[in-house]
Amino acid sequence: MSLDYKVPEFIIERDRDKCIDCQVCERQCANQVHIYDQDLEKMVAQDIDCVNCQRCVKLCPTNALTIRENPSEYKKNKNWTGNMIENIQKQAASGGILLTGMGNPTAKKIYWDHILLNASQVTNPSIDPLREPMELKTFLGRKPDQIEFDESGELKDLPPQLELDIPIMFGAMSFGSISINACKSLAQAASDLGLMYNTGEGGFHEDLYQHGERTIVQVASGRFGVHNEYLNAGAAVEIKVGQGAKPGIGGHLPGEKVGAEVSKTRMIPKGSDALSPAPHHDIYSIEDLRQLIYALKEATDYKKPVSVKIAAVHNVAAIATGIASAGADIIAIDGYRGGTGAAPTMIRDNVGIPVELALAAVDDRLRQEELRKNVSLVVSGSIRNSADIVKAIALGADAVYVASAALISLGCHMCQKCYTGKCNWGIATQRPELVKRLNPEVGAQRVKNLITGWSHEIKEILGGMGINALESLRGNRLMLRGIDLTDKELEILGIKHAGK
Amino acid sequence: MKGSRAEEKIMSGCAISGILNRKGNRFSGEEIIDSIALMHDRSNGLGGGFAAYGIYPEFKEQYAIHMFYDDLDAKEEVDYFLNRHFNIVVAEKIPTREVDKVSNPPIIWRYFATPNEQKLAESGLADDEYVAQSVMNINANYRGAFVVSSGKNMGVFKGVGYPEDIGEFYKLEEYEAYLWTAHGRFPTNTPGWWGGAHPFTLLDWSIVHNGEISSYGANKRYLEMFGYKCTMQTDTEAITYLFDLMLRKHKLSLESAVKAVAAPLWSQIERMEPKEKKIVTTIRTIYGNALLNGPFSIILGHKDGFLALNDRIKLRPLVVAEDKERTYVASEESAIREICPEPEKVWTPRGGEPVIGLLEGRRGV
Amino acid sequence: MAVIDAQGVYYRELNQRIKELLARGEREITLNNINGQRYIGDGLTEQAKLIINGTPGNDLAAFGNGAELVINGNGQDGIANTMNGGQIIIHGSVGDTLGYSMRGGEVYVKGDVGYRVGIHMKGYQDKQPLIIIGGTAGDFFGEYMAGGRMILLGLDRAEAQDIVGNYVGAGMHGGVIYIRGQVEDYQVGQEVKISGLDEDDRKELKGYLSGYCQEFDYDLEEVLNAEFCKLAPCSARPYGNLYAY
Repeated sequence: MSLDYKVPEFIIERDRDKCIDCQVCERQCANQVHIYDQDLEKMVAQDIDCVNCQRCVKLCPTNALTIRENPSEYKKNKNWTGNMIENIQKQAASGGILLTGMGNPTAKKIYWDHILLNASQVTNPSIDPLREPMELKTFLGRKPDQIEFDESGELKDLPPQLELDIPIMFGAMSFGSISINACKSLAQAASDLGLMYNTGEGGFHEDLYQHGERTIVQVASGRFGVHNEYLNAGAAVEIKVGQGAKPGIGGHLPGEKVGAEVSKTRMIPKGSDALSPAPHHDIYSIEDLRQLIYALKEATDYKKPVSVKIAAVHNVAAIATGIASAGADIIAIDGYRGGTGAAPTMIRDNVGIPVELALAAVDDRLRQEELRKNVSLVVSGSIRNSADIVKAIALGADAVYVASAALISLGCHMCQKCYTGKCNWGIATQRPELVKRLNPEVGAQRVKNLITGWSHEIKEILGGMGINALESLRGNRLMLRGIDLTDKELEILGIKHAGK
Repeated sequence: MKGSRAEEKIMSGCAISGILNRKGNRFSGEEIIDSIALMHDRSNGLGGGFAAYGIYPEFKEQYAIHMFYDDLDAKEEVDYFLNRHFNIVVAEKIPTREVDKVSNPPIIWRYFATPNEQKLAESGLADDEYVAQSVMNINANYRGAFVVSSGKNMGVFKGVGYPEDIGEFYKLEEYEAYLWTAHGRFPTNTPGWWGGAHPFTLLDWSIVHNGEISSYGANKRYLEMFGYKCTMQTDTEAITYLFDLMLRKHKLSLESAVKAVAAPLWSQIERMEPKEKKIVTTIRTIYGNALLNGPFSIILGHKDGFLALNDRIKLRPLVVAEDKERTYVASEESAIREICPEPEKVWTPRGGEPVIGLLEGRRGV
Repeated sequence: MAVIDAQGVYYRELNQRIKELLARGEREITLNNINGQRYIGDGLTEQAKLIINGTPGNDLAAFGNGAELVINGNGQDGIANTMNGGQIIIHGSVGDTLGYSMRGGEVYVKGDVGYRVGIHMKGYQDKQPLIIIGGTAGDFFGEYMAGGRMILLGLDRAEAQDIVGNYVGAGMHGGVIYIRGQVEDYQVGQEVKISGLDEDDRKELKGYLSGYCQEFDYDLEEVLNAEFCKLAPCSARPYGNLYAY
């Protein structure tokens, strides 16, 4: 057997004065890092298996544990960083594709952090949202150019719309990639808050059908669990073409995660890999997308808006225009920082473009083509806080998908090991003993708290701008200014530099 | 110095006033000048103007195009354009008098014209759309030229100065109109450009406006999708185009257009009867980007009357009064009492509640 | 039995009329002069029969779940897309991507089929989709196949014509393909193993083919009396070792 060059990524420090050897850490760690050594009669740790999910740290009753990055450093080299070297060693040992979870962590520019918001001073009043009305209601779906009446003068019905009380939806995460309790938490929170959540391509678990009115059912290339009843059980249908974390790549849910419930919901045999092809094999061209959009509309009697989700890639503006003219009611653009349950590291960190630039380009192009007034635009990947949401809407989005942040509210600590299925927080796992750690009622409440907090913040920011309805922020780039951005970046974002 | 167009958003506060004779009887500009002059302190001398309806009965079939030119070169170019695209009946300098406090006026000209039949037929457009596109073309593409107004049997007189001085400058006491609106401006910065004064117009629509609209960026980009070019950096231009879009192009009723620009709150819509709820929800859903957000009061003038409106949470003042023949509207009650000491009725409309003054026999603006 | 003359009728109106007739209790509808109308039978859950005379458009019976469709003519692309149940009988040939992600029901094609037929076809419990093709098939036959059965007969083909193209069963991880004749190793994906038929296989095949032969008036014994090969996946987890953890 060849030498394994693996060294611990993290070092666990146990304060012996505080540790009472209660073994909570041992019971909490699915990676089996903590072990009670019978001979030594004390807790010891296998640092090499630690993923730094912070579960043991947070649950230790005496706060005896600290996890640090392994301070051991490779010889300084800006090119061959420690991370690069370790990746190569990992592949030299296995011959595999580097796999990772959650969103792109690299140090590339985050444009949200280079955009600043406006507030009113003197020439118009700021509004106090705690005491004066402040409206965040948003409708997603196709809008006609103008109001229309039939021959008898009766107002024509609008095409189907999703009504959101807050311009936030929970992004697509399949049952399979996350646990049923995580799904339940999100679905319940969406129902209670008047938002939408998205099934991903994991099918629709029977326990979630009660939230159908608040559900977007996804149709992805694997068509798992997709049938007529599924399509009609949600409030909207989303065709997933791509995902920001892995544009152009299909998905492989490993057989270990396909237990009885996942098997039933996806309608595939237990223990078999759930393979999602890279493309939809009925979409090889834009006219095929139109064909699928209308196949779904026919199957749902034109009662559900159809969304098309794509990854933000180089020609995203032209692609989005094509999607709008192919008949999509909603376009969802997922940026290259979007999360994932599993993606090849090289793809996640190198393919696609930032959602901020994609959004600005798409909104501009759709306006040039005079389509933006008809089609709704949703962005994601990654939306980290309420200010990101306000900036996204001012750049031109109708609403955002939030996924990683929602998982963090459920307990995720961003260890990025979702693909191992050993999530100690009961989120990205199908192991019953781990899943049960996430109480869906508590989870729903935590997600609701997060979104409630965000909605207060959005209202405060809007009030400061002197705006009391979200539609007056939408596409209102005069509310934005850039800092530390080049002329080209400002031009693409369609905003002025701060001070101008 | 002719001033120049703003490169950035213009913010300004203001005074507004309007008088309609509902029977269509015309009266001179003296009263509207007195009314707006009373609110002198609401403006700062950097803009005043008037819209007058019914002033050109002898040319009521022609579009009355009022122009500002920075210089004769600009005029020559626009003259060439107008001569190619219109049949011009009369072209003349608009009469003015020397007024101490009004300086550096541009070249001010007016034309009475109809679209050239051949060009109109080639364009495939209706008369109004042909004129509207010509106006936007001149404003966007002709340096040093600006279309002040372009409606029929109406005209706008405006400039840099206090409104009462502008009125004197244009000899408004010599004109008779059945509807006058007026504006005194208080911009925060000083582009000092005559075209930037109110009213702003397109075809028969004229807008005087008090307040600063926070939704401008959203409104402007929405309008661009319908071919409007907002070149003036002012809220007033955007408001004018929004009404033109909804009333002329989309044939919305005035009430419906009001529901878009000063939309009822969702909580109010929730309490409406099902039919009304559906209509208002539909309007808000389609015309969400037409919502005017932030403080405003406006008077939208038209050949058939006016609409006065303030924002839905009433951040700007508006007073209305009526007597036997006339309806008055102004930022302050005193501005009405100055010219009509004892009106039969005086009231302040609620936020978002439109006040519609119509000529007798007209059903809507 | 209702009849619709579909000459010049756009699909949206046609399908609406079909749905209205079904809602009124009609159980058999004949559609005449069909030419290119898409989505016929899309999403239908009724136990009803549609007889289609002409060339129906793409996505015939997409998301279908119970109806029986008889096509007197050729079909186009995307037939039985994500179909969950029902039966489609085609008295002619069809285009590409027949039965994409199909999970249930049966499709009988008398003639040839195009590329990517049965791609990502899957089965679940009692839902085991079946596609039987009388003629030949193009490349990527049964790519990604995860369940169900496909039977390719290659009857009445020219001597030089291959029964199937390349990349057969690429990525296959479930289900079975029976081919009446031989396929070479280079023709199939590396996830596929080729074998002969055992007794159980023959029994199963006979069961599947009896309905087909009856429908198209073939002699069952004659069809069966040939050398078949069986294509099955090597593993339900073909990509289990693809990743470095």
